[in-house]
Amino acid sequence: MGKTTTSAAFASGLALRGFKTAVIDFDVGLRNLDLIMGCERRVVYDFVNVINGEARLNQALIKDKHCENLFVLPASQTRDKEALTEEGVEAVIRELEHMGFAYIVCDSPAGIERGAIMALTFADEAIVTTNPEVSSVRDSDRILGILQSKSRRAAEGREPVKEHLLLTRYSPKRVDDGEMLSYKDVQELLRVPLIGVIPESESVLHASNQGTPAIHLKGTDVSEAYTDVVARFLGEDQPLRFVNYDKPGLIKRLFGGK
Amino acid sequence: MSLLTLLFGEKKKTASVAKERLQLIIAREHGTDGRGADFLPALQRELIEVISKYVAVNPDDIKVQLEKQDNYEVLEVNIVLPELKP
Repeated sequence: MGKTTTSAAFASGLALRGFKTAVIDFDVGLRNLDLIMGCERRVVYDFVNVINGEARLNQALIKDKHCENLFVLPASQTRDKEALTEEGVEAVIRELEHMGFAYIVCDSPAGIERGAIMALTFADEAIVTTNPEVSSVRDSDRILGILQSKSRRAAEGREPVKEHLLLTRYSPKRVDDGEMLSYKDVQELLRVPLIGVIPESESVLHASNQGTPAIHLKGTDVSEAYTDVVARFLGEDQPLRFVNYDKPGLIKRLFGGK
Repeated sequence: MSLLTLLFGEKKKTASVAKERLQLIIAREHGTDGRGADFLPALQRELIEVISKYVAVNPDDIKVQLEKQDNYEVLEVNIVLPELKP
């Protein structure tokens, strides 16, 4: 849950830090990244067109409207996931590297089918996005197993893919009330270093409504939390924020307020 | 905590239930990665064969289960023998 929202925010965050970044939608058949990035009306060619040689990569890449050095490669809506061949995906990623992209963010679809496998095959690092909820945690455990067995790095016996755990839709109040798994619980279960916690927030819907990645909604918890995630990814030390619940005082409880 | 919960004991929080369930599932699924509990059906079949040689048991009365607790696994075999006629 929250993979596309995270891919959009994270890629935008890297671009805001000055890195030339590409973000690829691997959800062939159900493309959504273009909507979240707000570029759906500018899609002419897509990822599958490039793989099939029907368009050049340059023609398919869409320049982001918020960030100078961010480009979106949308998924195809009409093909199925089998259109993503391993050779094709590899060729596109190598060409992006050749074009000087510092980071290539692969937005994986849900599940463990071809799209998801292709998104992780060529990964150097992986951000596993999880909700503090049983089915999501179990799915993440499955996908971590697949990362460790199916990625190129694993197949070639190189250093394993560097894994990061990102918790989204986190509600400190519900954790406090014992209704939600805490980030410590999830981390203990999955045993992957935590890269951040994104609080449950109304701003995510505001962001997707407008087609603006959540990181651009300045001053919101979500935007700050994603900015921290990007900083940690780049090796900076950032204290964890938005994970503690402050009980409202008596006055606040009496006189309302959120 | 209100006086009532103090008096009647607290209901178990759902988050801790979730954690316990996940610990079990994840431990089990890791145990079955590629190998491990794959042998259970075969084991069950062979057990039935061997036991049937000596006692007339109903195949449904033989249950084989693998459980993981902390660092060790428990293989539980439960055989219900038919009632002896006097």
